[in-house]
Amino acid sequence: MADIASTEAVHPAGLQHHFDSLEQQSDASTLGMWVFLVTEVLFFGGLFTAYLVYRSTYPDAFAVASKHTLIALGALNTAILITSSLTMALAVFASQEGNGKAVIRFLVMTWILGASFLVVKGIEYTTDFHDHLVPGAHFFIEGTNIGHAQLFFSLYFIMTGLHAIHMIVGLGILIVMMYMAGKGKFTKEYHIPMEVAGLYWHFVDIVWIFLFPLLYLIDRHK
Amino acid sequence: MTTAVLPREDYLNTDYSLRSWLLTTDHKRICILYLVTITLFFAIGGAFAAMIRLSLATPTGSLVSDETYNKLFTMHGIIMVFFFLVPSIPATLGNFFIPIMIGAKDVAFPKLNLASWYIFTIGGCFTLWALITGGVDTGWTFYTPFSTLSSNTNVSLAALGIFIAGFASILTGLNFMVTIHRMRAPGMTWFRMPLFLWSMYATSLIMVLGTPVLAITLLLVAAERLLHLGIFDPARGGDPVLFQHLFWFYSHPAVYIMIVPSMGVVSEIIAAFSRKRVFGYEFVAFSSLAIAVFGFLVWGHHLFVAGLSVYSAMVFSLLSYVVAIPSAVKVFNWTATLYKGSISFATPMLYAFGFIWMFTIGGLTGLFLASLGLDIHLTDTYFVVAHFHYIMVGGAIMGYMGGLHYWWPKMTGRMYPEGWAKIGALTIFLGFNLTFFPQFILGYMGMPRRYHVYPPEFQTLNVLSSAGASILGIGYLIPLVYLLWSLKYGPIAGDNPWNAKGLEWQTTSPPPKHNFEETPVVTEEAYNYGGLEESHVG
Ligand code: HEM
Ligand SMILES: [Cu+2]
Repeated sequence: MADIASTEAVHPAGLQHHFDSLEQQSDASTLGMWVFLVTEVLFFGGLFTAYLVYRSTYPDAFAVASKHTLIALGALNTAILITSSLTMALAVFASQEGNGKAVIRFLVMTWILGASFLVVKGIEYTTDFHDHLVPGAHFFIEGTNIGHAQLFFSLYFIMTGLHAIHMIVGLGILIVMMYMAGKGKFTKEYHIPMEVAGLYWHFVDIVWIFLFPLLYLIDRHK
Repeated sequence: MTTAVLPREDYLNTDYSLRSWLLTTDHKRICILYLVTITLFFAIGGAFAAMIRLSLATPTGSLVSDETYNKLFTMHGIIMVFFFLVPSIPATLGNFFIPIMIGAKDVAFPKLNLASWYIFTIGGCFTLWALITGGVDTGWTFYTPFSTLSSNTNVSLAALGIFIAGFASILTGLNFMVTIHRMRAPGMTWFRMPLFLWSMYATSLIMVLGTPVLAITLLLVAAERLLHLGIFDPARGGDPVLFQHLFWFYSHPAVYIMIVPSMGVVSEIIAAFSRKRVFGYEFVAFSSLAIAVFGFLVWGHHLFVAGLSVYSAMVFSLLSYVVAIPSAVKVFNWTATLYKGSISFATPMLYAFGFIWMFTIGGLTGLFLASLGLDIHLTDTYFVVAHFHYIMVGGAIMGYMGGLHYWWPKMTGRMYPEGWAKIGALTIFLGFNLTFFPQFILGYMGMPRRYHVYPPEFQTLNVLSSAGASILGIGYLIPLVYLLWSLKYGPIAGDNPWNAKGLEWQTTSPPPKHNFEETPVVTEEAYNYGGLEESHVG
């Protein structure tokens, strides 16, 4: 009780009224983000399940269809995202040091990398569209069952599309973080938002690390 | 006396403006927001139920057309499950009492808590919009390929509403988990927590793990309808049964989202009104977690006739038996708690007894349904309808009502009229059993669910059921009236009208804005009734 009263008396910046200490607040926020990520895993998990079920039901059609994905762009995007994870980690580190300028610098780099990912993805989608790979009346792939191949591309678009939406949300979060860093909010003691944002960003990257082999690589040599 | 004013400043009388309610981040006020919202949904869902039962009073189905009947039971199911029962106890009593029972000032993320209510309400509006502009006819289960290929009703809109409300559920679960992990007052160890908190923790776990799968499943249904992707279309290689797997992966655990909170409430009530520590506290606590975990492994029992392999059907059947064990553990422990307790039959206790009785019937008939051979005979009959209503209405809503009465004096500072409350509880109990017991027999005799025309020989039992439903309806109106009445005219309750243990009874009624004048320090286990002088509550 006594130490609670004394921390309340000091009341560090950023501490919300219903927490007793910054440490408690930081623990709660990080745990909250982890729980949220678990939710996300199950959200994507439903799609991965559907994908695995159909992949094992129609291995040939899926192998043929997956050869039509643009592996060069996919690989480029993988590299971009991994690099962005690095810059994000550096931004979080800078925030722990209370170095606002460095935080902004690394956040801007991360943002540009994230945006480039979306641009590349956009180019990829456009090419897919011209190649008649978008499910619907114009969908066409030679040499296999069209319905089954279309299943592959339906899942491809839903999975990468949902991932892209998460990327867009991530870019928004980065902007908020830049704003906070610009206001000098982050100090050695208080950098919870950056940690939480970092967790989110890495998670979205990891989803891609699973999507890339599943959609682009498996059975490609066949 | 009856119109006496409450003496202190509390969370209700600090500010009366509408703005202070709509922008509140106080978990207690958010509880009230939810309470009002889900009561509205309960009334709407109840109106649909009334029309269903009215229509079933005659075998010819002359009241409404076939299409309308399909929409009635669909909308009844959707509203009752997703917009009343899933949020019921967690979003109201959980919201109010989790922070207080662990001695915290608020939940971990108060703004997120308010956001959850808005998200829930927006989702509800979408679904209501779907209902008003034509309705849905797929059943609350949205089975494909009917929902994706055939139905030309507002499936996507309703699914979108549930999708949105699902996020409210996820965020509430997340908030509660973090709150229980990180906000406990000094001395409040895990094994000193009241069992209600354990049950809320287990429930939150299911919300966080299950709801996203429902979300993605409904998204796929909507995408399939809009873009014709073929994911659930057998003609193009899609698998409609995959939908059932994904749907029940959430929806079986979801039945535990609905019942586990009530189990927690019942533990509190039984301890308080038999003035004893809950027998086998640790077992009851862990049985909640066991239910949460095993509940994820039994979804296949909804697919016994949908084309499971024999082996997976056997495994799912066995696991369904296993999940009944923790439920049975609770029932045994409650009974053992009552043994040699000094029991008083206050209204919350009546509801708790009602819960135990009806949950037991519901659970045992669940075992009938989980046995492969019997299920072939009973699946898609009224037996299933009776089974889950015994659990969801007889069990879950009884627990909700019991909890509402138990904590009403704390939430409002006023007592409800005990005589009326007893009459209400008995009416609900009688009405409920009269409504749903005949449905076991009907189902066993072969009356299928979801049809509104039936052979004339089933009419007697159906009329009994419809009569029971009217009594049940009156039963729910009685508390609605006297609880509202008590807000103004109820006698002042005092801080601890039941002379019960637990941090929530140590603060004032209604609690102040930050729950406690100073952070409490916990020095004893939950339900330490040994040291209390005898109660004088009857
Ligand atoms: C004690 C453990 C339980 C077992 C073994 C069990 C078993 C079953 C089985 C096998 C079915 C499928 C019947 C069929 O469609 O042929 C079923 C249906 C159902 N059960 Fe249970 N159940 C249990 C507990 C619960 C609980 C706690 C709830 C809700 C709070 C619940 C709600 C439902 C619902 C809603 C359905 C029908 C779903 C539909 O088809 O619309 N059950 N149960
Ligand atoms: Cu089930």
